[in-house]
Amino acid sequence: MAKVPVQFTLNGSEKAEFVESSTTLLHALRDKIGDTSPKGGCHQGTCGACSVIIDGELRLSCLTLAETCGGADIRTTAGLAESGVLHPLQRAFLDAFATQCGFCTPGMIMAAKVLLDRTPNPSREDVVEALSGNICRCTGYEPIIQAVLAAARANSQNAA
Amino acid sequence: MSLMLQTFSSVKDANAALQAAGTRYLGGGTLMVRAANEGDVSVSSLIRVTDPGLSQIAVSGGKVRLGASVTMAAIARHPELAALAPAARAVGGPAIRNMATVGGNLFAPAPYGDFAVALLALDATVVTEDGELPVEAFLADRNTSRVIVTSVRFSLPKAESFRFLKVSRVKPKGVSVLSIAALLELASDGAVTSARIALGCMADRPMRALAAEKALLGCKLTPREIASALAAASEGIAPITDPIASAWYRAEVLPVHLGRLLLD
Repeated sequence: MAKVPVQFTLNGSEKAEFVESSTTLLHALRDKIGDTSPKGGCHQGTCGACSVIIDGELRLSCLTLAETCGGADIRTTAGLAESGVLHPLQRAFLDAFATQCGFCTPGMIMAAKVLLDRTPNPSREDVVEALSGNICRCTGYEPIIQAVLAAARANSQNAA
Repeated sequence: MSLMLQTFSSVKDANAALQAAGTRYLGGGTLMVRAANEGDVSVSSLIRVTDPGLSQIAVSGGKVRLGASVTMAAIARHPELAALAPAARAVGGPAIRNMATVGGNLFAPAPYGDFAVALLALDATVVTEDGELPVEAFLADRNTSRVIVTSVRFSLPKAESFRFLKVSRVKPKGVSVLSIAALLELASDGAVTSARIALGCMADRPMRALAAEKALLGCKLTPREIASALAAASEGIAPITDPIASAWYRAEVLPVHLGRLLLD
């Protein structure tokens, strides 16, 4: 099968790869580029573990063909920390024990980041809705919800 | 997995390429890439169209035109489509709604396709390069359709006349046990003068509750007067069985939820 070139921006860096038509963005990120922060859970669009941000919108990388991402701005959890300092969401997830096995965490954090980028002071209902496409089998969700609310509070304190 | 993706700038060229065996149209990917991930070898080639016109929403004079590539998220946040927002938000979680399209929802097998249930109640028109079809006729023949849907058109319902309900076990989001959409016109005394009711998960695709629609005419929306319509709702249904619910369960709870929707 012929390979096609695709170029996109990943966490601010230009990336260029040759991919097969059938290569999903998840596969390209993890196995070709080496960003293993998006996880492959169900590959059906059910679990949300592969969630990434494409051009500002939350998407499932397992259901996105890499070839269709030419020119896109792609953000993953691997690009959140700056100079070794964790992003407020990552910090909050640690502090609130919102991570157990950690498999869902990168997807949860991407879903939460899209929410906080648009709604800096979300209600609890906003958080539940924003995370409704992401499944966690460990925590029972409550610590995750609390972590996102705490990150929002931390952001608004820093901004003040 | 061996799969070829062909990209076209026009629907016309893509329609020609779609005639080849094993070729399917790629919209948001939530159906076709999922099928490929699951190992569906009946698909060897995918086709997509980059024409931005397919992603346009036009609302004017009470008429709505949704391009086939319009996403559920775009409908849910559109200020003039508030009446449809509950149906658009019923689809998937936030990431799925950023991907799943109007065109794709017309092909989603039960238990998916909640938005198509709304389109059926609204008596939408499905537009392709071959012409236009009422959504009911389009759904009936969708398995053999070999032409790309370019848009759907319908009259924007008044918020009070359009009702939508999706029942799922997981809150706030889960796969449908069933979904119901109803377009009701009431006379000044509250009696139903016209009713169009569509059901999801009651067959392999959205279907109308024709007997219930007929039984509702002239009724006021009270528990006593709608009783015969609720009994008639089960006429002709063949619910699906899946890990969410059995056909028996779906048939048992349909009148309960239809009653709640009508009395709400």
